[in-house]
Amino acid sequence: MIRRGLIAVLMLVLSLPAMASELTVGSKADREGHLLGELFAQTLEQAGFDVERRFGLGQTIVTYQALAEGQVDVYPEYTGTIAQAIFKTPEADLSALKDEARSRGLRILPPLGFNNTYALAIKREKAAELGLETLGDMTDAPELRLGLTHEFIERDDGWRGLKASYELPQTPSGLEHGIAYQAINNGRIDMTDAYSTDGDLKRFDLILLEDDKHYFPAYLAVPFVREDLPPRAIDALSRLEGRLSDEAMQTLNAKVSSDGASFAQVAHEFLADQGLVDQGSGPEHISRFERLGSDLIRHLELTVTALVLAALVGLPLSLAVYRTPRLARGVLYTTGLLQTIPSIALLALMVPVFGIGVVPAIIALFLYSLLPIVRAAITALVTVDPLLKKVARGMGLTRRQQLRYVVLPLAAPNLLTGLKTAAVINIGTATLAAFIGAGGLGDPIVTGLSLNDYELVLYGAIPAALLAIVTELVFELIERVAIPAHMRGHTDPRTGA
Amino acid sequence: MDGDAPAITCSNIECAFEQQVLFKNLHLKLPVRQITALVGASGCGKSSLLNLMNGLLQPDAGQVRIFGEPLDYTRLPETRRGMGYAVQQIGLMPHMTVERNITLLARLAGWSEAERTERLETLMALMALDPALATRYPHQISGGQAQRVGLCRAMMLNPPILLLDEAFSAVDPITRVDVHARFQTLQRDEPRTVVMVTHDMREAMKLADHLVVMGPGEILQTGAPDGIAARPAGDQVKRLMEVDA
Repeated sequence: MIRRGLIAVLMLVLSLPAMASELTVGSKADREGHLLGELFAQTLEQAGFDVERRFGLGQTIVTYQALAEGQVDVYPEYTGTIAQAIFKTPEADLSALKDEARSRGLRILPPLGFNNTYALAIKREKAAELGLETLGDMTDAPELRLGLTHEFIERDDGWRGLKASYELPQTPSGLEHGIAYQAINNGRIDMTDAYSTDGDLKRFDLILLEDDKHYFPAYLAVPFVREDLPPRAIDALSRLEGRLSDEAMQTLNAKVSSDGASFAQVAHEFLADQGLVDQGSGPEHISRFERLGSDLIRHLELTVTALVLAALVGLPLSLAVYRTPRLARGVLYTTGLLQTIPSIALLALMVPVFGIGVVPAIIALFLYSLLPIVRAAITALVTVDPLLKKVARGMGLTRRQQLRYVVLPLAAPNLLTGLKTAAVINIGTATLAAFIGAGGLGDPIVTGLSLNDYELVLYGAIPAALLAIVTELVFELIERVAIPAHMRGHTDPRTGA
Repeated sequence: MDGDAPAITCSNIECAFEQQVLFKNLHLKLPVRQITALVGASGCGKSSLLNLMNGLLQPDAGQVRIFGEPLDYTRLPETRRGMGYAVQQIGLMPHMTVERNITLLARLAGWSEAERTERLETLMALMALDPALATRYPHQISGGQAQRVGLCRAMMLNPPILLLDEAFSAVDPITRVDVHARFQTLQRDEPRTVVMVTHDMREAMKLADHLVVMGPGEILQTGAPDGIAARPAGDQVKRLMEVDA
């Protein structure tokens, strides 16, 4: 009830632009997912649908939840991932997977053609130096340093099974896929997990060790859709069947990463070549600067809304706690617990409950802001000089007047500090909201990471850092205006105290 | 409304604080428009007795009456506005100027600016405070000045009762003589019921019309200062009276 009310309020506040869209195409944060998502989107647009793009969602769990909850109508997935990570079944047979999908109200459409299976990549010269050709050869080179993605380390068909199957002696460290190739290039690690269609393999002169025991299952790319998708949409997406070979996909991936072409352009060229969309100029190119403006506005929307909500809830909560000290421990404990949840995990936890997009991001940021606000507020209220409280009572001030004229003004500097801390934390954390499709300055960061494009990462990171600094300055200004100099709690220049 | 009733009556008060009995079977009547001093060794409960009168301390049994009316603990703020309150540690609000500190209650009571200014100037003059201090913050004035500002604040609404808890003790000895004199003048011009707690027997003898001598948790003797000095009821009172006399 409360949850529904809260969502309704947020929707009103933000007047989400989602109303007009008929279909929503999602994708994970990786490059190939992004590119396939764009392929799906343009295919559906050609078939006459309005399409909303929710690309760069977090990893499998977030994107799948979005599909299962109906926040997304279609996204590109791999049969191996569907079997292992989603359905958690050893059954890899496509028709069995299709049956399971139907029982969940979902459909797996015909494969696009290529098999993007897992592989371990290594520099060509390093492999030659050590005489490595197959995964089995790795047992003779225990000194190899492996940097693997967290997902690969965790999944059953990933590192654990691989290590057991080949009796590998190495212990991997976890890292983001986006920085793995740079790490290999810099000599920080020797090997990483890669996808067999990765366009960067050529660029970094990496080769894949042969899976001579056929450990890795098939990862056929498919459109993963909701069963209630209109037949016209299903027909359109089914026409992509078998259009993309391994080589074709590697080439498309390489075009995005090395040539710097946009996902939309590469997707359009391919579809036009295949005669699946009309020839023409293709999608309109939006410059990074133009996007920066809308990213910045979205970022502010996220952080300001969350901060205002947290203040509206946190300050009355703190007052209640201040008046009923028995509550203090519980409230501080709960808000403290919320703070210990890693921000990316908190965002992921929002997805099953609130879906993806702006609303769950704001709720997560709101929960994240509560602790600094509540802790500062309770401390501020509790540490008001008891003598002044006693005098205020003795003078004949009512409870409300004591609060209004004595307690709150005296607590104000610490209250402001709490708000400032929450605001600055929020600006940083909100960059992660891109993983659940909320956009903001995290968008260029997430996309940049998936493309190994550090310039694009900076397009998000620098404005976010500047925004944090500006926020500090704004709060300092508020403090200057609202609080007499001797109450500001800075060091007294005369006494140094 | 005061008629013949005492200003403050405590009857059969029983009061404990944190499991310690402060008072038992305590009876006390304070005369109208006179200065009563509560004296006694430190820790005997002088301040607690004062706090019983404005409800900062609530008795477990017995009754406190103000001008004959039982103290209504659900309407304490209203009652307290008729009882000015000043304490040794003063407790000026650090975020308010001297003027704001003194006039806060009058603002809340809806006094016009002219009324407030007039009363402010009268009180500051009475307490020998430079009018220029009005715009300063508490941390910008001396301890003695702050204590006089605290007294001005207590008297702002011209309350019929004034409760002073060691309210003259932060003033230096020379200023104290001056403040005492001004206080006596004020009492002559606008007589009110004053209850003052003091550890300074000389101050009590000089200012009080009526003395309440306390031992731990009990009242040892009440009466005119001269009378008590002449005929102390027992050794405890005698010793107390001898300390500074």
